[in-house]
Amino acid sequence: MTIPRGRLELLLSILLFVVFVLGWEAACVLLEVPAIVVPAPSAVAVAMYAGLASGELVTHFWVTFAEVLLGFVFGAGAGFVLGVLVGLFPLMERTVYPYIVAFQTLPKVAIAPIIVIWFGYGMESKVVITATIAFFPVLANTIVGLRAIPREQVELMVAFTASRWQVFRMARLPQALPYVFVGLDVAIVLSVIGAIVGEFVGSQAGLGYLILQRNFNLDMAGVFAILIILSLMGIGLHLAVNAVQRRVVFWMASSTDRVMGA
Amino acid sequence: MADGTAALVQAAPLIAARGLNKIYPTQSGAPVVALQDVSFTLRQGEFVTVVGPSGCGKSTLLKILAGILRRSSGQVTLAGREIDGPSRDVGVVFQAPVLLPWRNVLQNVLLPIDIQRLDRKAHTPRARALLEMVGLAGFADKYPNELSGGMQQRVGITRALVHDPALLLMDEPFGALDAMTREAMNLELLRIWGEARKTVMLVTHSIPEAVFLADRVIVMSPRPGRITEVIEVDLPRPRDLSMINSAGFGAYVAAIRAHFQSLGALDA
Ligand SMILES: Nc1ncnc2c1ncn2[C@@H]1O[C@H](COP(=O)(O)OP(=O)(O)OP(=O)(O)O)[C@@H](O)[C@H]1O
Ligand SMILES: [Mg+2]
Repeated sequence: MTIPRGRLELLLSILLFVVFVLGWEAACVLLEVPAIVVPAPSAVAVAMYAGLASGELVTHFWVTFAEVLLGFVFGAGAGFVLGVLVGLFPLMERTVYPYIVAFQTLPKVAIAPIIVIWFGYGMESKVVITATIAFFPVLANTIVGLRAIPREQVELMVAFTASRWQVFRMARLPQALPYVFVGLDVAIVLSVIGAIVGEFVGSQAGLGYLILQRNFNLDMAGVFAILIILSLMGIGLHLAVNAVQRRVVFWMASSTDRVMGA
Repeated sequence: MADGTAALVQAAPLIAARGLNKIYPTQSGAPVVALQDVSFTLRQGEFVTVVGPSGCGKSTLLKILAGILRRSSGQVTLAGREIDGPSRDVGVVFQAPVLLPWRNVLQNVLLPIDIQRLDRKAHTPRARALLEMVGLAGFADKYPNELSGGMQQRVGITRALVHDPALLLMDEPFGALDAMTREAMNLELLRIWGEARKTVMLVTHSIPEAVFLADRVIVMSPRPGRITEVIEVDLPRPRDLSMINSAGFGAYVAAIRAHFQSLGALDA
């Protein structure tokens, strides 16, 4: 008779979704909300189907997805490498890091037009904008993570005659990984924003480009369909990062029994 | 002639400390004198234990000998050479187990082998044998967060032995163990020491344990940490648990306890 708790929760959240969608549909019909203000869910579903069937949404999806992934890889990669350098050489922290922070305080939206002028209306400029956004969370978390090592762990390694490099490779780096993944998780979600911002500023393809176009044509249902796709992309990428994290930082996840009350 | 040289080597102390001081600077201002004018020698093959109240500088002393903590002044030599860093031929057990959470038990035990770039394959059988000795034979593939505190500590002890060091520096290695396991580990340690002719310096809070294991017991006073007494334990070897009930053993324990009481230290 007892339903597992996880199953029950899933059921409840699906129910919530259904009630929400039905309520929305009913409100649109009963209150006669104009479709150019808020589209009914049924209209969004139709737009979604049409976009997928014609391949329009699919083509633009791949453009944006590629921008997000490439920007993420370059930005996160650079953030990690620089974070490691700063963690390895305290001199770097004092000389280079202030400039990095200064760069970070610049709103990326504000420099996006410049980047589009420098790198053109194609994918390159979006990749660059995305990379500048994905860069910092990974950098900051890598630096913090590399500092997080307990003193005793270093003492132990050194007592067994570990070199500086060995302490780094065998203790500090693995110790930093959980932090790095926190940065990667933030970065992947920001990357989607970065790509869309880039496409808004100037582009010829991508879901952001399509949003602007449909907005211009007052095709609200079509815009909502894109928003759903973007949200699914974000969730999917976030889950992918989490899946990798569970494999790489396995020792953090394996304590399945939570502390009571925590 | 050859015998004469051997005797000479035998006579040279493995560790000699003279006028050792350690002062920790602190954030709140007043520096802490952790060790004051500490002098002693450790002969080759000797088993020495250190007792003293909490905070008297026992861990500090061991870390200086391990070459991971700089002394403020004084001299220490290991095998005749000034200690200015850690040595490959030393095995260290810390007060806390300090295992690497991403390495399983066997990999943690093999850490010194990896660090010293020795042959992992060749040392694995020894690592497994040592794990069996400390009662962790079935746990080689487990990760530290799956072990109890006492089990973790035993992994730490195994790790200190895996590269077969000539000198063992152990900081309350059995602190986290129950009385039964502790006695068994004491006997194992004595056996290893006896068979492999190692030199051991072991810190403990337990006076009976200090007497049971040692050739000599170094007694330290509360801050500033000083050696107030060195007691030669003249009990027969090999020792077994029945010795604990002997009058001679009891006399040593009583003497050290009386010594602490006279210092005004609550317990040790
Ligand atoms: N890193 C440090 N910085 C400042 N003071 C320290 C530091 N480490 C130890 N001390 C101080 O030095 C003194 C001796 O510490 P130590 O850890 O050597 O004591 P201990 O004899 O090992 O104590 P216990 O039996 O509780 O382990 C203590 O008063 C402690 O506060
Ligand atoms: Mg201590």
